[in-house]
Amino acid sequence: MAFDAETREQLIDTVRRFVAERLRPLEAQVAEQDRVPDEIVREMADLGLFGLSIPEAFGGLGLAMEDECLVAIELGRTSPAFRSVIGTNVGIGSQGLVMFGTPEQKAKWLPKIASGEIVTSFALTEPEAGSDSAAVQTRARREGDVYVLDGAKRYITNAGKAQLFTVMARTDPDRKGAGGVSAFLVPRDLPGITVGKPEKKMGQQGAHIHDVSFDGVRVPAANRLGEEGEGFKVAMQVLDRGRLHIGAVCVGVAERLIADCVAYANERKQFGQPIAQFQLIQGMLADSKTEALAARALVLETARKRDAGESVTLEASASKYFASEMVGRVADRAVQIFGGAGYVADYGIERLYRDVRIFRIYEGTSQIQQVVIARETLKRGG
Amino acid sequence: MKVLVPVKRVIDYNVKVRVKPDQSGVDLANVKMSMNPFDEIATEEAVRMKEKGAATEVVVVSIGPQPAQETIRTALAMGADRGLLIQTDQTVEPLAVAKLLKAVVEQEQPGLVIMGKQAIDDDNNATGQMLAALLDWPQATFASKIELNGASAANVTREVDGGLQTLEVQLPAIVTADLRLNEPRYASLPNIMKAKKKPIDVKSPGDFGVDITPRLKVSKVTEPPKRQGGVKVESVADLVMRLKNEAGVL
Repeated sequence: MAFDAETREQLIDTVRRFVAERLRPLEAQVAEQDRVPDEIVREMADLGLFGLSIPEAFGGLGLAMEDECLVAIELGRTSPAFRSVIGTNVGIGSQGLVMFGTPEQKAKWLPKIASGEIVTSFALTEPEAGSDSAAVQTRARREGDVYVLDGAKRYITNAGKAQLFTVMARTDPDRKGAGGVSAFLVPRDLPGITVGKPEKKMGQQGAHIHDVSFDGVRVPAANRLGEEGEGFKVAMQVLDRGRLHIGAVCVGVAERLIADCVAYANERKQFGQPIAQFQLIQGMLADSKTEALAARALVLETARKRDAGESVTLEASASKYFASEMVGRVADRAVQIFGGAGYVADYGIERLYRDVRIFRIYEGTSQIQQVVIARETLKRGG
Repeated sequence: MKVLVPVKRVIDYNVKVRVKPDQSGVDLANVKMSMNPFDEIATEEAVRMKEKGAATEVVVVSIGPQPAQETIRTALAMGADRGLLIQTDQTVEPLAVAKLLKAVVEQEQPGLVIMGKQAIDDDNNATGQMLAALLDWPQATFASKIELNGASAANVTREVDGGLQTLEVQLPAIVTADLRLNEPRYASLPNIMKAKKKPIDVKSPGDFGVDITPRLKVSKVTEPPKRQGGVKVESVADLVMRLKNEAGVL
């Protein structure tokens, strides 16, 4: 639902305070221990963050996309690993269910997803299927009232904690490509599911991705999401929404980095004056600020369009593409402005520089976004 | 038992305060305002009493301009049940606030009033005490712990210069909250949304027959003096000499 200005301000203000007072002081600890403390996860649940995008009828907040983006910008002002805690429940782990679930499926799972009682994961990527997501090889064979799942998934965010997976699997081996793929709600406790060790990653320590394998997992047919063969449609609509959310997070991280740069440039003295006085530094600040403002405008404008019911496939891709590339450049300039201090770990700048690299890769690489943007532009005739 | 919590809308504690050039006061134009932090602590304490079943209803009252409704909403989002705004754009001094609160207390008949020990804008630290005097109720100020003995009395631990003092007060009473009474919660996002539907009554000072005309006159407001740079001392003897002769603290 959309808010009056006063309620929205209170909501955003609360998240901003929580990020500033509770999360930011823990950034270095989370990176070092590769773990978000349980207490923080509990506080995030108490705050209602797991339910941002779940309808109110199922215990969530049912935020409009614009409001979700405003919250995501605030969550972006700290290590992205914190956002990842709620990321799958808010985005790819729940939206298939929200958009395509039956009333029974929704009633069974959504309240627990909204409260954070269970964590969800989205299992699409495979060793041989990434950007070519229609090439899914995981099989789902129908046997009476169950589907039997066999196959391997890769880079699955939050799989180590997940109690529910949305799994893309091929129900029709004779149909190559998207038409043969269906989506399934797969509870973690079914026999035959193995979750691998967390991967060692370049950044975002504290957030984890895993291999997941399915070995003769018998999933009740009632757990199929949408019709047989609709899996790709589910995946694409889920990702569409997620792209705006990621774009908003990128804006938040960029704004955080710019604020850090300004503080440092005003403090650090060279040639007898703060480096903020030098025009070459100012040039970098101006470029970062301009790009961050442009990304914010694009993300929020697209969110408002989506809330108004317009199709935003092109604009959501453009938002994610521009915002993720933008925050990469902003982080690079931040290292430059901080100089040596940007390269050593103590200031946290090099950490954010590594953290933001994934934004250009997951939920659709920049190249996939370009393909989508070009295809839609050609379709629209300009 | 009903608990009444008066809350004040003040300049946000993170804002760097600027004095107006004519020294008539503090510049509030386009400045972020929020609930007085001590009032947040008072609200938290009342809400906890309700959650434990010791209080049945938490009523929040604020006196101030229309936007003070937002401050009341914050308290409602934390868990208070309903609000009352006594709306006025005039400056209200502690005595006027205490008189208005007395009228509210007579109307609402709470078993306990918990309020911030002072507001961080004017730092008067007077309203709670004045309210207790006007009502002729027991008071326990600067509370760091409140334990209810049923609905008839409370043990209140107070932070005093020499340490901690524990008082027993008969209820109804006025208790003012100090910093260490509790750590206020972040209102959850669902509760912020639910708070929209909780009722806020709006009244004017005239409805309570209270004259709020200021009795005090502010002569001038100035910035605190800029901090001077420190000096290095050569020896302990030098330090003692300077503390004695220059700092005047020995």
